[in-house]
Amino acid sequence: MSELVLSLSDESAPAGDEMILNMGPQHPSTHGVIRFIVRTDGEVMSSAEPDVGYLHRAIEHIAEKCTYEAFMPYTDRVDYVCAMTANHAWASAVEKLGRLPVPPRAHYLRVISDELNRISSHCIALGAMAMDLGAVTPFPYALREREHVNDLLEELCGARLTYNYHRVGGVGWDLTDAWRDKVLRFLDHFEPVIAEFDRLITHNEIFVRRLAGLAVIGRDEAIAHGLVGPNLRASGVAFDLRADLPYATYADILPKISWKTPVGRGAAGRVGDAWDRFWLRVEEWRWSVRIVREALDQIQGTPRGEILIAPKRFKPRGDALARVEAARGDMACYVVGDGGPNAYRARFRTGSFNAMGLVREKSRGLMVADLVALIASLDIVAPEIDR
Amino acid sequence: MTERELNAGPATPLSPRAIFERLAASASDDGVLTFEDEAAGEGHAGARDACVRLAAAAAATLPGVMKRLRDDPALAFDFLQNLTAVDWIKRDVIELVYHLFSYAHRHTIALKVDLPRAVPRVASLAALWPSANWMEREQFDLLGVVFEGHPDLRRLLMPDDWAGHPMRKDYREAKAYRGMPTTRPSPLDLLQSFDRAHATGPAAVRETATGPAPPSDATKGGAGA
Repeated sequence: MSELVLSLSDESAPAGDEMILNMGPQHPSTHGVIRFIVRTDGEVMSSAEPDVGYLHRAIEHIAEKCTYEAFMPYTDRVDYVCAMTANHAWASAVEKLGRLPVPPRAHYLRVISDELNRISSHCIALGAMAMDLGAVTPFPYALREREHVNDLLEELCGARLTYNYHRVGGVGWDLTDAWRDKVLRFLDHFEPVIAEFDRLITHNEIFVRRLAGLAVIGRDEAIAHGLVGPNLRASGVAFDLRADLPYATYADILPKISWKTPVGRGAAGRVGDAWDRFWLRVEEWRWSVRIVREALDQIQGTPRGEILIAPKRFKPRGDALARVEAARGDMACYVVGDGGPNAYRARFRTGSFNAMGLVREKSRGLMVADLVALIASLDIVAPEIDR
Repeated sequence: MTERELNAGPATPLSPRAIFERLAASASDDGVLTFEDEAAGEGHAGARDACVRLAAAAAATLPGVMKRLRDDPALAFDFLQNLTAVDWIKRDVIELVYHLFSYAHRHTIALKVDLPRAVPRVASLAALWPSANWMEREQFDLLGVVFEGHPDLRRLLMPDDWAGHPMRKDYREAKAYRGMPTTRPSPLDLLQSFDRAHATGPAAVRETATGPAPPSDATKGGAGA
């Protein structure tokens, strides 16, 4: 076998005491299979170049090979930590393309499942970030809560990770009263846990000092690099698709809970530092809890069982872009139909993809250990980059 | 309550048509830009988002148009939210679709431009929006669109020495990559060949391979009886 070909954007030979090191692809803190080629002099890096594609599964190509409805399980694999919102993005794009109606109850179930999944996704993000920085204890705390959410979602749709719950035209299963009570009990249990988590780690002095002022991403830089979701809001941009371009039933829910988009305030150091990104996700837990409560209340007013209007002989022509607020931010799904049963072209633009494009620039002058903090604070999930 | 009251930002969203008119008014290149209205299909016929189309002959003016979209304060498209290349093999073009969004005004527009399929070349927008850097690399990798002036146009997802651009409609995967086969036999085919090889063997072998024989086999007094 011939020698591996790998081109770098910076092909110059290392100068002075500079070393070129390989971090990953199998590295515990790279959040999946990602590789960084790090140029470093001692502990200070001059650059960390991401080498992605190890988890590339050609999901966009698969979309061209199966029908609109049959592609739904594959969307779970776009982001396996928060699969519901990827389901939602695909369903929304196809419904927009075909001008398909969706029953209100299905919209509520989408909101409830999305928000529960956001809670469990942030459990991974926050727990893993703390662990990457050497604080092992918060990780099992967060995973314990995630386990509760997994149990709830399993009861709702039969799966714990890749849900395949949303459908083109609705959702797969209705909730039961017993399940509704379980979710409410979980929320009652979870709210004090957020406060406990804050005491344990968010405002822990060692942790705050480790992250304050680290890897600051300014407002303009965040927008120009296309950061989305919590990363964007941590940099001080008050933009959340759920509030600003409301979809599903968020427009009915958010005013009822006095929604105010949380934004980074630089409480520990500067606006847009790694601590802001951590704190912001904790805040999102709080808001998700309120959204689920309100949605579980409002769903009572919708007729039971009306959860799916499945399209028949669905062969749309045209194109549509749909955006949903995933756990890793604004996920855009673009779908083109040519009058056949399959999508002619499908595209997912995800939060991690844009965030990863920023890493090389942000890594200049960082310590090697801070690279771990940077990618953890951006909440990067490898399959979302590679798809 | 509207979105405005929720987040109280300074937003005055324009409709796609108003965006187009504003853009066309500031342009010296008349007739190059056309507006394609939002179309709602009947039944499941499908629908189309409104978009601005840049004539294929004027693809070279793309950076100027994009710069106006970004810098005009009434438009202020500060977020390149998506870039897609679509291979329309029957029309022999590759269509680039840019989706822009403005955080200041909360409005959105799609801009499309056709490139010749044989030599799809267009100017890079990485200088306007840094987020274009990776998106252009991805479209180059998967569809072979060459973005001129891109600071670092290399493959992003596929290996550097991969042959071809996999999202092209006429792409055929090579049988092997670096000696590794790119296909593998279906497990079902393996099972069938195993079954054939042992068709005359003891019943136990067949049962482990394919599960219990169906009743019709047993009544025939074959190997399963």
